[in-house]
Amino acid sequence: MSSVINQATGLAAGLNENQWSQINQATASLNPQQLTWLSGYLAGMAQNGQSAVLSQPNSSSAKSLTILYGSQTGNAKSVAKEYKAKLDALNVPAKIVSMADYKHKQLKTESHVVVIVSTHGEGEAPDDAVALHSFLAGKKAPKLKDLNFAVLGLGDTSYEFFCQTAKDFDKRLQDLGATRITDRVDCDVDYDADVTAWFETITHQVKDELGAKSMQSVIPSLDLGASSVVASQYTKKSPYTATLLESLKITGRDSVKDIRHIEISLEDSGIQYRPGDALGVWYKNDASLVAELISEIGLQSDTLVGWSGDDYSFNDVLVNQLELTQSYPTFVSKYAIYAKNVELNALLDDKSVLREYLTKRQIIDVVRQFPAKITAQQFVDALRSMTPRLYSIASSQAEVEDEVHLTVALVEYEAHGHTHQGGASSFLSTRLDEGGEVNVFVESNDNFRLPDDGNTAVIMIGPGTGIAPFRAFMQQREAEESSGENWLFFGNPNYTQDFLYQTEWQRFVKDGVVNKVSLAFSRDQEQKIYVQHRMLEQGAELYQWLERGAHLYVCGDANHMAKDVQDALVQIVIEHGAKSEEQAEQYVSDLRRAKRYQKDVY
Amino acid sequence: MSKDHKNFVVEGKLADNERLKSQSDFLRGTIAEDLNDDLTGAFVGDNFQLIRFHGMYQQDDRDIRAERAKQKLEPLQNVMLRARLPGGIIATQQWLAIDKFAEEKSIYGSIRLTTRQTFQFHGVLKPNVKSMHQMLNQVGVDSIATAGDVNRNVLCTSNPVESEVHQEAYEWAKKISEHLLPKTRAYAEIWLDGEKSETTEVEPILGNNYLPRKFKTTVVIPPQNDVDVHANDLNFVAIAENGKLVGFNVLVGGGLAMTHGDTSTFPRKADDFGYISLEHTLAVAEAVVSTQRDWGNRVNRKNAKTKYTLERVGVENFKAEVETRSGISFAQSRPYEFTSRGDRIGWVEGVDGKHHLTLFIENGRILDYPGKTLKTGCAEIAKIHTGDFRLTANQNLIVAGVPVEQKTQIEKLAREHGLMADDVSLQRRDSMACVSLPTCPLAMAEAERYLPDAVTEIEGLLAKHGMQDESIIYRVTGCPNGCGRSMLAEVGLVGKGPGKYNFHLGGDRQGTRIPRMYRENIDEKEIMSELDNLIGRWSKERDANEAFGDFVIRAQVVKPVIDSAKDFYDDPSYSI
Repeated sequence: MSSVINQATGLAAGLNENQWSQINQATASLNPQQLTWLSGYLAGMAQNGQSAVLSQPNSSSAKSLTILYGSQTGNAKSVAKEYKAKLDALNVPAKIVSMADYKHKQLKTESHVVVIVSTHGEGEAPDDAVALHSFLAGKKAPKLKDLNFAVLGLGDTSYEFFCQTAKDFDKRLQDLGATRITDRVDCDVDYDADVTAWFETITHQVKDELGAKSMQSVIPSLDLGASSVVASQYTKKSPYTATLLESLKITGRDSVKDIRHIEISLEDSGIQYRPGDALGVWYKNDASLVAELISEIGLQSDTLVGWSGDDYSFNDVLVNQLELTQSYPTFVSKYAIYAKNVELNALLDDKSVLREYLTKRQIIDVVRQFPAKITAQQFVDALRSMTPRLYSIASSQAEVEDEVHLTVALVEYEAHGHTHQGGASSFLSTRLDEGGEVNVFVESNDNFRLPDDGNTAVIMIGPGTGIAPFRAFMQQREAEESSGENWLFFGNPNYTQDFLYQTEWQRFVKDGVVNKVSLAFSRDQEQKIYVQHRMLEQGAELYQWLERGAHLYVCGDANHMAKDVQDALVQIVIEHGAKSEEQAEQYVSDLRRAKRYQKDVY
Repeated sequence: MSKDHKNFVVEGKLADNERLKSQSDFLRGTIAEDLNDDLTGAFVGDNFQLIRFHGMYQQDDRDIRAERAKQKLEPLQNVMLRARLPGGIIATQQWLAIDKFAEEKSIYGSIRLTTRQTFQFHGVLKPNVKSMHQMLNQVGVDSIATAGDVNRNVLCTSNPVESEVHQEAYEWAKKISEHLLPKTRAYAEIWLDGEKSETTEVEPILGNNYLPRKFKTTVVIPPQNDVDVHANDLNFVAIAENGKLVGFNVLVGGGLAMTHGDTSTFPRKADDFGYISLEHTLAVAEAVVSTQRDWGNRVNRKNAKTKYTLERVGVENFKAEVETRSGISFAQSRPYEFTSRGDRIGWVEGVDGKHHLTLFIENGRILDYPGKTLKTGCAEIAKIHTGDFRLTANQNLIVAGVPVEQKTQIEKLAREHGLMADDVSLQRRDSMACVSLPTCPLAMAEAERYLPDAVTEIEGLLAKHGMQDESIIYRVTGCPNGCGRSMLAEVGLVGKGPGKYNFHLGGDRQGTRIPRMYRENIDEKEIMSELDNLIGRWSKERDANEAFGDFVIRAQVVKPVIDSAKDFYDDPSYSI
């Protein structure tokens, strides 16, 4: 209706149909704010007597900066977008591309490239970086002597192959003759400060070279044509304060695991998420752990300390701001200064020994073992800031509307003479009462999406809490009445205790939403059976599904399961596709490139 | 069937169980497919019923049903298996095999001795069901037809003393059991990977649609009535001359099950058809079964048992049909007398000079408890014992055939493991309960778990009134189906709802009188208060040696049930 009126008005104003169609095309994807801005811009141009054509200012310069990101959980992507926005604000010509969508050959024509890439598991590249990563390492990689580049790595120092993918990119680009704009920075999980500093360094270096536009007025970038999903106003930095509806143990009373089904209300936040997305959860450390820690150090809980520009009591900063339930080498190196302990210092000399030492240790274990004369401020400065934990969302809004569901394994173990709990999992499972508040945000994950075509078959491999996104997938497919077949592989220790969402899967099967369920309960028989064994058993059929175009998803443990599943997959292709090992690996990597093999592993 | 008996067949829309039996392909159903479905631990649809014919009931832990529903887990589905053990005799190597299985592969870890003189496993998960049958088969035990609409495990009085008569009676119990077994190969095919039957199957005795309802048979050796003849459809009362078995009196149509609120159902005593000599035993058994097969009510399952058929067609008509079908005329019944039902706990010496030790097993539950390692004890005895084990209809265990030189060793083991204790009261021995909660799907109130404490209270009441040397046959059953045989007790409780029971009074010690409902739907406290009052009166007003059940009748506390079909639901009091 309104477009009819607009068209009539437009034609009446003397635009021909072609012009009208171009305008419609150009403005189709704009949101109301952008349209408002554009109306002012056009009005301004009309007043200055310029022709109403959007020309690229200073288009004589071909030089621009390309931000390439490779992201698994969305962190690298959001850092990349943040940087793009900064460059836009400074009028530095820049574009942002996912490595997955980037044409490799184009690299030869680039003048400035910024690589922002994360690392996973044992030094693996994120899915959307895999292809470019291997292209650069291969024989077809071009010489890049005209290229200026910089690399930013995102990782976690508690892993052995910290920021390995970033290191690989950095080295390869250098080997191919490219020039470094600035040194690579490898960021730990609390990356905000490092990222900001790195942005400034690069921007300072390239601003003049790329000829920041003279136009002084700040013009927001117009990403015309890009399909923009309406982003939530709630982000990692400004999360939404949601309420806990329910925290329900869904493993049986005799289970060796404590796994919770968590329901959180998003109420009127307007937050939208899609199956495959993760929910970031800001948690509070256990007050009793903090009290114990303070007493171990021999300090007062009400001592004032500074953190990030604000003053807090020692207790509050430990509960709300700092990472206590994971341990990290940076803490040990800073803490060792005050501990003055030969044994502790010796640990610092060998990274692999230190990493081994930190396994299953939390901050308090280090403090217990190596007492130090340290002030509250010094202690706080040795810690890193808390990072939110990401949980794969277990629900679809098509089914649960303004709720979001998670499947959370309570991390709890005995080690070094004490009970240890995971920070976020224990917060959600045991410390947060129903109706209690929790700060959350949605972390979008485009690397874990249902096929666009509802007719496409889906194979889901999700043992343990890895089942979460598949519950979301099936809720979505059921709501959309998708006709594609669905096959679930699930495993856990015991059938009677650990079949997560058993009655829901039974209903999905009964109602024809799920066509096949293959189960592996490792401890129900003498020989341990895992999902990869079930895959191999069903290899012929699984291969047929893949040949018919099925998408395959893996969610869950990165260290063992994801690897075993990958090996099984290659094995299946060798056996049932009559392929050599090399061909089978190519087949699997093609699946990955075609986004038909997606992983959400942790 | 003769033509003029056509009107003895109930016409109408058949009960759904008739459909499922006829569509079951001789009890196969799709059980084999369910075994491969790991999405559920249950047998579904008709298979839920069909596995009963193979000796299993699908159950779940009812204590945690609601908890698991919240956890999005299905009920803790499992099966209870009831073995076929005619006469309750089990070899020690068989015992050791079932002991091991119970320990390793059942949720509850126990061996449950039952009122049907056999053992049950409780809590076997579907993936272990097939291997369970194969384990049993390897040691020569099966569970064919121990449940469902068939002739079930055949009982035989546990009488190790008169060993010769017992041996003969036991052999007949086995023969009757074998003779009346289903002929389908379904059991072997499904559970033992037996070859598929190639010939068209027929069930010459049970019929292709099997029986209208469950059917229970006993062989009883007077004066013991441990098997409770009046709880059974068909009873062979052993008649011996000079220590040799010569024939049987045949009692037909007992049964205790009823349905709350349905007065067309009632417990009923068996009728005496007369005497037959031994060689006609199988023919008569077959004729009784086939008459019930053809005349039993297949329209209304609640009126399908033999006792209702007798009421409907008349005892004489039924008896005449049995005579026609078997070609035998019943002679006049030989005299016999029942004097007791309980087991002789402790050692007895048989006429053959062998010794027999009857162990009192509370509730029949053999399990290791703190300080009472019953299950280990039984296994330890089984390892050295040269005779066999005998399960009694009172849920006790007899270590039978012990040579005199081994007595000390076996008694030592029994005492070490709490299987023998000198302080088990008469009252405790005379008390019995069915399994009920948490495993039995029919249970309405606690039985097995309630009994021990209830008995302690009654012991207290007896002592309070100076009657500690007496006892009352006291039985609790969790629902009106009768497994605990409350309807042949002096005091019988029938579960009505959580903590609530119908309170029956006035049975006798021999099991020949049905108790009448005295109070309906009362709680445990009221029950004890009633008993306190009645035991008080009994202690003061009783005749010499008068039993409690006889006293309440004589004292007109309650009117006796004389012909249950007519008077079971009458008001208990004399005042009306």
